[in-house]
Formats: sequence, C-alpha cells, structure tokens
Amino acid sequence: MVTYIARRLLIFIPVLLGITIINFIIVNMAPGNPVDMYIDPNMSPEIAEAKKEALGLNDPLFVQYIKWLGTLLTGDLGYSMSSYAPVARLVGERIMPTVTLGLAALVLALLIAVPLGIISALKQNTKIDYLVTGLSFIGTSIPNFFLGLALIYIFAVNLGILPTGGMQKLGGDGGFGDRILHMILPAIVLATGIAGRKVRYVRASMLEVLKQDYLRTARSKGVHEFWVTNKHALRNALLPVITVVGLEIPILLGGAIITEQIFQWPGIGQLTLQSMMSRDYPTIMALNLIAAIAVLGANLLTDILYSAADPRIKVG
Amino acid sequence: MIEFEEMPMAAVRPDTADTLLRLDGLTTYYPIRKGLLGRVKGHVKAVDGVSLDIREGETLGLVGESGCGKSTIGRTILRLEESTGGQISYRGEDITRYSISKMRPLRTEMQMIFQDPFSSLNPWMRVRDILKEPMLAHGKATAATAEAEVDRLLDAVGIPRSYKDRYAHEFSGGQRQRIGIARALSLNPKFIVCDEPVSALDVSIQAQVLNLLKQLQKDLGLTYLFIAHGLGAVKYISTRIAVMYLGKVVEIGTKEDIFRNPKHPYTRVLLNAYPVPNPRLRGREKIVVQGDVPSPANPPSGCRFHTRCPFAQELCRQEEPPLAADASGHAAACHFAF
Amino acid sequence: MNDLLEVDGIETVFRTERGEVTSVDGVSFRLKAGETLGIVGESGCGKSVTSLSIMRLLGKTGSIRKGEIRLNGRNITGLAESAMRQIRGSEVSMIFQDPMTSLNPVFTIGSQLVESIMLHLNVKGKTARNHAIDMLRKVGISRPEEIMDEYPHKLSGGMRQRVMIAIALACEPKLLIADEPTTALDVTIQAQILDLMKKLREETGTAIMLITHDLGVVAEMADRVIVMYAGQVVEEADVFTLFDKPLHPYTTGLMGSIPHLDGDDEETLASIPGTVPPLQNMPPGCRFHTRCPLATEKCCAEAPPLLDLGEGHRVRCWVAQGDSEAASPVPVSSAKGVTT
Repeated sequence: MVTYIARRLLIFIPVLLGITIINFIIVNMAPGNPVDMYIDPNMSPEIAEAKKEALGLNDPLFVQYIKWLGTLLTGDLGYSMSSYAPVARLVGERIMPTVTLGLAALVLALLIAVPLGIISALKQNTKIDYLVTGLSFIGTSIPNFFLGLALIYIFAVNLGILPTGGMQKLGGDGGFGDRILHMILPAIVLATGIAGRKVRYVRASMLEVLKQDYLRTARSKGVHEFWVTNKHALRNALLPVITVVGLEIPILLGGAIITEQIFQWPGIGQLTLQSMMSRDYPTIMALNLIAAIAVLGANLLTDILYSAADPRIKVG
Repeated sequence: MIEFEEMPMAAVRPDTADTLLRLDGLTTYYPIRKGLLGRVKGHVKAVDGVSLDIREGETLGLVGESGCGKSTIGRTILRLEESTGGQISYRGEDITRYSISKMRPLRTEMQMIFQDPFSSLNPWMRVRDILKEPMLAHGKATAATAEAEVDRLLDAVGIPRSYKDRYAHEFSGGQRQRIGIARALSLNPKFIVCDEPVSALDVSIQAQVLNLLKQLQKDLGLTYLFIAHGLGAVKYISTRIAVMYLGKVVEIGTKEDIFRNPKHPYTRVLLNAYPVPNPRLRGREKIVVQGDVPSPANPPSGCRFHTRCPFAQELCRQEEPPLAADASGHAAACHFAF
Repeated sequence: MNDLLEVDGIETVFRTERGEVTSVDGVSFRLKAGETLGIVGESGCGKSVTSLSIMRLLGKTGSIRKGEIRLNGRNITGLAESAMRQIRGSEVSMIFQDPMTSLNPVFTIGSQLVESIMLHLNVKGKTARNHAIDMLRKVGISRPEEIMDEYPHKLSGGMRQRVMIAIALACEPKLLIADEPTTALDVTIQAQILDLMKKLREETGTAIMLITHDLGVVAEMADRVIVMYAGQVVEEADVFTLFDKPLHPYTTGLMGSIPHLDGDDEETLASIPGTVPPLQNMPPGCRFHTRCPLATEKCCAEAPPLLDLGEGHRVRCWVAQGDSEAASPVPVSSAKGVTT
C-alpha cells in the first residue's frame, strides 16, 4: 500500500509540471495583462511600460515560467500583481470556507442521493421511480446561478428567514450557528447538481447488484428482505459510487466559482474570478496548482478508499 | 503395462507432409508487475513449452481443467495472444512473428468458433451481415455474390434461409452457435480452432452441434483443434487427443490410446472422475484427487502434477519428466507412466 | 408416514411485459426423508423454478398460482413471508450452480456462515463462530479458522462450493436443494464435491433434491429421478429403472445425446432435433411432439396425462402408455391422499 501511494505521488510530479505549463500558456494567451487591468487609465504609457518591465512581464514566456517555477520550488507562491499581498496568504484565507462549503454540499448530496437512488431501484418502473428520476433530471440540469437567485428570492427576500449572502452577519463575530445559517443556501445549490447526478448512479448500481446471485443466497438463508437490501446489496452497490464521488471534487471547485459569487461566499471560487478579472497571474497560477492537486489527490484518495471498501481490489 | 522405449521427441514427430500446424516449445506468459516502478516480478505461465502437431484433416482434441492453458494455446495460434517463446509453423512456414499484413491472408485459412454463442455475435447485426462482413473484408466475395454465399452457408449449418434478416439475439443458443460456425466457414478456412464450442449448450443441442461439426469436417476437409473440458465431446469428435495440466501437455495419443490405455495418472484421474451415466457403475472404485490446481504463476517443482498425484514419489518432486513417446507415438510426461 | 416433501400439481407463473408465462405446469412429486431425488432437464424446462417455488424465492414477478407444497405434512403454500423465512436456511436450504457469484464478495466467509447460524439456531458470538468453524471442517476445508476471516475471492471455485454447502447444512436442514451444484466446476473438483455430498448425506440423513442437466451426475447420486420437459414432468422412476428402461422418447433422446467414454465409437450421436418450444407458445397436444420421432396424430392433438405404469414408473407419453394398456390410469395428483 505504501509503495503504491509512493508510486502514485511520484507520478504527480510530471503531471503537475505539465498542468502548470499548459495553464501558464493559456493564462498568458488571454488578452490584456495585469498592468492594463489594474492601473488607472490616466497612467502614461511610459510608466505602464516601466511597471511591466519591473514585473517581468516583458520577458519571454518560458523565462517567466522558469522564474515562477523557481520561486515555487522555494515554497513561495509569489505576490499578487493586483493587491501586492502574498499569494499564499490570499489563498490561505480563502481555502477553508470553500472546503467547508464543498464538504457540506457533498454530505448533503449523498444524504439525498443514496436513499433516493435505492428507493428508486427497489421500486423500478413505478411512479416513485419516475418521480425520483424526474427530480434527478431537474437537479442535474438546473443551472447554479438560476437556482441560487431563485432560492435567495424565496428564502431571503420574500420569507426573510435566511441571509442573502456572505459567511457571517455584518459586524457579527460569526458564531457556529450563524455560519451554518449562511451556508444553507449555497450548500443546497451546490448539492442539487451533485445529488441529481448521484441518484441516477446509485439507482443504476443498485439495479445491477439486485440481479446478483448472492442476494438469492442471502434470501435462501432466511435473511429478512430489509437486510438483503440494506446489508447485502447496499454495500456492493455503493462501491462504484465511491469512484464517482471522487470525480465530483473538480466539479465542486468549478461550481464554487459561480455559487460563491452569487452568495458572496469568501472562498476560492470568488478569488478565482477576481484574479482572472485582474489578470493576476501569480494568483491564478496558484489557484490552478491547488485545483490540480485537489483533483489528483481526490483521485488517489478514491482509489485508496475503494481498495479499503472492496476486498477484491488490492492496490499495489 | 505396455513396455515402451523412450525416444526423443524429434524422432516421434517427423515433419511429415500432412502436418498442417506445428507447435515447438510454445510459451505464452503474462507478466505480473509489482513495486514502486512496476517492474516485472514474475509470470503467469499460461502455456509453458508445448510441442505438438496437427495433421491435415484430423481433429486434435485438447482437454484439461480450467487454467491449464488450453484456450490460450488456441488463441496464441490465431495470434489473438502473442507468444513469448517457441515457434508456430503453418504448412511448414514459421508464422510466429508474422506482421499483421503478412498474417492477413492466413486469417482466412485459420478461423475460430467461440464458447459463448451469446456474447460472440454482435447483437446489433443481422445474420446476413454477420456472415457477409468477413467475406467482403477479405475480398472473398463481392456485394453481388455475397448473398448467394450467405444462403450456401446457412444451408450448410442448417439454419433456414428465411432467418437471415433476423438479429443474433432472436436465436436460441444452439442456433447462435450454428451461426458462429457459419461465420467461421464464410472464408473457406482450412483450420478451425473450436474453443469449447458446446460447453454452453444444452445436452440435446450439444449433440446437434457436434454432429454438424463432424459432418462439415467430412464435407469440407477441415482440420480442427477442438478445445474442451468435456471428455465425452472430445472423445466423440477427436482423432487424437492431448491432455494438458498447468500449461504443459502431459499425454498425447490417439483417441484409443487415451481412452483405452491412459498412461499418465492425471489422464486416469480425469477419466475416472467423469460421472458415468450408468447407476450400476456408481460403486466403482474411484481415485478422487485432493486439492485444487496450483497457480500457473507459481507451478510446483518437478512434475507439476505431483502435489495432487496419488502415485507421486520423491523423484517427481525434484525432476520434471519429459514427454516420452512409445513406438506408436503415444506419449506421456510421467516418471512412472502406466 | 408422511413424506418429507409433497409437491402437488403446482403451477408457477411469471408476469412479463408480454403477459403471463407459465414456467412450471402441474408438477407433482414426493420426496421421502433421507432420499435423493434427481430432477433432470434442459434449460427452461422448469427444474430450477420448481425448486425456487418450494423456497418461494420467485421474486416480485413470480407466484404459485395452483397446487400445494407440503413440508412434513404442513401446507407451506400459503404461509406468510415471515414464516417462510423461518423455513429457508433452516428446514430447507439451497446451494446454487455458480459458487463464484453465490457468495457476497464484500463479506467474509465467516460472517456469511455465522449470519445463517444466528438466524436459526438462537446462538451468538463465540458459540456461533465455533459452530461455523466446525461446519467448515466438516466440508473438508483445512485451516478453517483462517478461512473464516477470508473473503470469497481468495478461494477457488471448489472451496467456495464447499463453503456454500457448509452454509446450507449449518442449521441441519431436512432438505437440501442443490441446483446444478457441480456444473460450473472442473471434473476433478466435481468428483470431490459429489463425494462430499454423499458423505454428508450419510452423516446427516438430509434429503437431497438434486437439479442437474447431467445424466452422469444423476446416475452417480440419485435414488429416484424426475425428467422434466417444457415445464412438466414427463417421466419419473427409480434411478435403475430409468437408465435400464427409459420410456419417454425425450429421456431416450437425452441418453442418446451423451457421448459415452467407454464402449465403441459412435459415428453420429442420436441428437434430438429442433429446440425447446418457447413458454409463451407451447404446441397443442404433447409438448414434445414437435421434436419426437414417435409422434402420432393423437400426440399432436391431445395432451397425454402422467400415468403410473407400475412400481412408481410414471410417464407422460401416449405411445409408451399404449404399450401397457393394463396399467390403471390414475392421475398422479390424486394418487395419494391429501394430508394436512
């Protein structure tokens, strides 16, 4: 197992290198540069040019990349080109809110998807099944921004029971309850899409397992149908779900960009959008790097979890 | 016990003119990768040094239990698997390392019938197209002549011509196997690997398909490599029989040799273990071997059967017995052959 | 004395998209305590559905529409599901064809064995575990303590079938239904499993209902044999009579279809032409007439009854019955008094 993890981590290095190179090129291909974006329009072209020179923006692309990589290897993510704050601090402040929101959404989504998927499979081709499948279709296809605005309209504007956005009351010291209250709507928005996709997956997986011979064996032993379903079948049905939950992590990060913007959630997503708007290269690169590590890490974690859950799979 | 002289294999395997296919020390290994860098740490020795001849017009039966490598041999001959050593000769020509393009004309001569008639036919294709496709791909027929060929093939395997617009899934197992045979015949092959062609079928249907295969061989002068674990089918259809155990041939001889005078203990065990459809023989003395077949990744030393052989001696643990033939060509790999 | 199992004219139907399908059509037989009954037939003949009807494991779409199944004289056809669960695994248990798929891959051998023991034997913890280990030892598994904690994929097919037998016999059932127990196994392993079943049968006195397509296995194991075709019993006799003097043309056909290992070479096998008719579309008259070499006009029009031609040799064939007109035509389903 340790060898396996070590081998996978070794593979991370070239993959990350490749990802950062491609990102670097793409980011630089976008029109404009940090100086154009943040400097006030009255600044003279000479000063702007000097700024660019000072920031190293006139160097050839590969030189810029090598410089960036060099500082990265010393553990330094550089300084933001728009706020001059250290990128590490900017990102550090934002990471926890995003992780909390993402985890909450994931847990919520699974709490909805697993039972609904099972019920749907057990009641295949009945009205309940059609209802669940229909709901999952809506959940999958409804855009985050639309659902977000609709929920704000209903629960914050009309009913006034939930805040419109932010992470805590203005001026308030937060407090756990307050944070939860602020998290409800964005978590629901993020969870809806995930749950929609997962319901179909759990349903399909369960339908497959329900055909298996070992369930007949369990029944022939006199096991109650409830346990045939919830012990013998469920554990097998959830195995493939582990894999697709891992695949949700990148989607979660992507979804966070829009959702965090709508709910003014001070997370990575919001920071991503801001840094893109201002062509803040160091911050964008740092965020890309984090996203890449998150995805690779999620994949590795998925494989490890899978081998822990399924005795037939032994990584190595 | 029949006395026999030990002879080197070459002497009993004269490269006669009627040898269609010849295997010399054929090996097919699958690597096992492990560790930080995924280095090859061992091999699954599916086929481990098999030499045999298949003569034109005969049926060589290949029997053994699952994991003995019998199917891998068939697939390796047709280059569906790559061999790792040894030589495959077809009509005296070494085809072991033929390129894909050089192999292509031979593919029409060598065909395969698969075990599972349910998964080996594309469910989205009509029978007509299943049969036409190989002919058109190999230029054996034109769009104009293919239709008549399809009729001819369906007649040959006993499927009514009127069924040719049906899809494969509309047929029963036996009918699908007939279509699989027709597909194999569509290129006018000389040599067919039959990989457990009746194992998945019902008893009464097995007999139909075996009879069909025998009839087609007579009519078309086909040569078969007939792979099976069912001894009954093998006895019915084969001219000669090779018995395999853990990647090696342990006995080879004519059908009479194998069934009337088996020399290798494993062959005896196989024949003896086979349930006889006669209740009056149920009290007969039986040799029930203990345990399972060992893993081909780590075969036992010496004679590979020694771990389960009721007659094993110290010598069997240490030294691997050669496949030694008597004057008639009946060969067994056992230090203490019967 | 009552028979252990009495199956009386059961009819099992399945709902399908294209309407109702009758898989088992008026099947009756008896099984005495300790007896081994072989049920032979090809796929789709209803032999497995018959056994699943006894266990009432017919899924959501299947049901027993007619007839009665009595276990030790008690009618179990109308029992509630909860009462059936008490019977399954305890009084009647079952082993299946494919030992590779019959065990749950994510639970240990031990937990699957203990589950059954705890359900029916009212024991827990250490006692249950020890009983499980004893069972594994009984079915010839070496190192049973270690195997308890292994997962099924670590075991070979033969070992898994031994585990299945251990699970099935753990609660000392009176009847073991073995549905093609050796079909998926290699010849030498098949011999081991059949050997084991014989040994355990002697030790425990369990009656066995052995479902198979292999006449060799039947000849090896059974006391009495039922031959099924297209959902019906077509012949029943004790094993010696059946092999010595098969009466139904289907039975004769089956016997002719197997190549014999001893004896001289057969030029052609006596195959049965055609295929089993689909359940939705049974021919009128005798269901076998479309494939029967002896079929007469009467066979095409009128369905023959299953008649006892003496000494419990029952056959469903006009031609065979014509040979012995003297035999009293007693319909089988009422041959024995109904006891409840």
